[in-house]
Amino acid sequence: MRKVALVGAGKMGISHLSILGAHPKVDIVGVCDSSKIVVDVLKRYSKFPCFTDYDEMLDKANPDAVVVAVPTKYHSALVKKAVTQKRHVFAEKPLSLSSIEGLELVKLVEEKKIVNQVGYHNKFIGTFRQLKRLIGSGYLGDLFHFQGEAYGPVVTRPKNSNWRGDPKEGGGCLMDYASHVIDLLNDVVGPIKKVKGSILKSCYSNDVEDAVYALVATEDDLSGVISVNWSDESYRKMSTSITIVGSEGKAVCDATQIKVYFKTNDVPKGYSKGWNIKYVTDFTDNVDFYLRGEEYSAQLDYFVEAMSGNVANSVNTFRSAWETDHVITLIKQNSN
Amino acid sequence: MERIIFGDNQFFAVNHLSDEKSREQSIRFNNIAAIINTIDHARAAGVETFMCTTHDRISLLCDYVRVHPEKYGEFKIFPCMPYAHKYANAVTELGIVGTLKEFVPGNFMGSIFKGGLAMLSKDYFSIMELLVDAEMKMFAGLKTPVIFLQNVVTDLLLGLGMIDVLIHFHKYVEKKYHAEAGFITMNLPKLASQLLDAGIENPIICASINKIGFRMSGGREAYEECLRTLKIRVIAMQVLAAGAIPPAEAVEYVCNLPNVCSILFGASSKTNIRETTTLINGFDLANAEHALRRAGSYNKSSQVITSSLPSAFASGAQLNGV
Repeated sequence: MRKVALVGAGKMGISHLSILGAHPKVDIVGVCDSSKIVVDVLKRYSKFPCFTDYDEMLDKANPDAVVVAVPTKYHSALVKKAVTQKRHVFAEKPLSLSSIEGLELVKLVEEKKIVNQVGYHNKFIGTFRQLKRLIGSGYLGDLFHFQGEAYGPVVTRPKNSNWRGDPKEGGGCLMDYASHVIDLLNDVVGPIKKVKGSILKSCYSNDVEDAVYALVATEDDLSGVISVNWSDESYRKMSTSITIVGSEGKAVCDATQIKVYFKTNDVPKGYSKGWNIKYVTDFTDNVDFYLRGEEYSAQLDYFVEAMSGNVANSVNTFRSAWETDHVITLIKQNSN
Repeated sequence: MERIIFGDNQFFAVNHLSDEKSREQSIRFNNIAAIINTIDHARAAGVETFMCTTHDRISLLCDYVRVHPEKYGEFKIFPCMPYAHKYANAVTELGIVGTLKEFVPGNFMGSIFKGGLAMLSKDYFSIMELLVDAEMKMFAGLKTPVIFLQNVVTDLLLGLGMIDVLIHFHKYVEKKYHAEAGFITMNLPKLASQLLDAGIENPIICASINKIGFRMSGGREAYEECLRTLKIRVIAMQVLAAGAIPPAEAVEYVCNLPNVCSILFGASSKTNIRETTTLINGFDLANAEHALRRAGSYNKSSQVITSSLPSAFASGAQLNGV
């Protein structure tokens, strides 16, 4: 059994807590949150030891690992504390508020050699994993261009009263929504190294952007467009997609399906010339406990297995998340 | 509970295999008349129970049913609450406390927040009751014999070990609505054993059950073991595994399982609705005949009915995901 503690029982934290609470290899030794209501409810109805003080939790619960799911602003301080005490860390995304701050964390976890992971769950979705394999196999030929998109209904009216609407705490569509798209693109075609121009647009929010549009490129000048809008209520929930155009074909991928067009008969096994559609069910393994999607359980399984040395701790490392933070910084710097 | 229950995913842009398809459906069923029309097709096929999420637009259907009692005398609704995306989006925007303020009706939350935590802490269950009442308001005067908790809430509480909250939901809907509680889950084995341990007898559980084990957490074998050994009433959903299994094969598997009381499915067209109900009825009949034959009282006349079914059995037409 691995002793795991969690700090920040908000929307993501409570979901992680439930998945870990049901995990056969995990013992929840502590939950810490600043909200008295949340702690009170957990104390009363769950069996988890609850804390309002993070240091006290680390000290008394002595966890092997800590899940950090507080607002981004507090990641750095809380992660540093855990890592310094040689505890493994799973942090929510994005890693940090700035690429300078993030790099410090990367260096620290690499020096201390602890398991480190960030919650970019899309990389555990079967279709996106298949897209990466497909690109890696070279069947799309020379890549010309990519497009990364995400749309959803987070802020759909002029009202904001929590940290997601505060740029100083890591709020805004760029940090919250676009980070997912950037991270996926970095993994599949990237990393993105250049931002040629960007527009950060506010539709309803006063202090943060609600949409992000950017022209980007990789080191090899593979060009791409990022188009993300979290104020689009025509979507029932967040919908992320990636399109990649190459000399031998094209791939369009979202969380439910991957559509691939091949120009010739030189195709991978199971595909044919012209359009092919494959569904996520073809690439999804069952999990032991399901809450909001297999990917949320799968990423935590991966973290737990990495602690035991059963997997490599090579997906969603702090370093890869820092590369995403770096692109976020570049998009901010090049905003028109 | 009826053997076949009609679901609502197709009306609300839920399609587990295609985001694109779900948007097409959202456009198609934007008009409530189209939803009512499709439900009427299901009723014509003998399916009088509609299981639906407490989406705002369902209230329009409820209004229609209320003013046409002659047409919907047998019609039952199984509400599934909450419409989770409404709350999830609100939590992202407003935080947990902000969301409670937004959705708990009346001045209750205002007075509670003024009263402070001490007062609030006595009343968590009251908050839940008020949220249930708010979700149930649109169904006033309609038959809602089973009221479900959506899987995202059931499973969240299950993972957190908060079975007491599930028990309270069970008690409350019984007391207030004279209804049975149902629980939708993606984790049948874990939920079933915990509900039984907590003293809920013969619980109603709706879970993904299909031949390829799609969304059957812990594996298909664990599910089959539960069905064989536990005293539970199960509604099978996602029988077609979002379209990954050919309809006849999918329905045959689930019809042959013990303890599956009902089968939930959703479809957009009259043809697909007919096809699915014919398949289920066909396999049920074949199983009943088989049982009779084994009991030694097989009556030859029923063979006529079975022989009228081959077109449905042979059909490989694509149905919508459930």
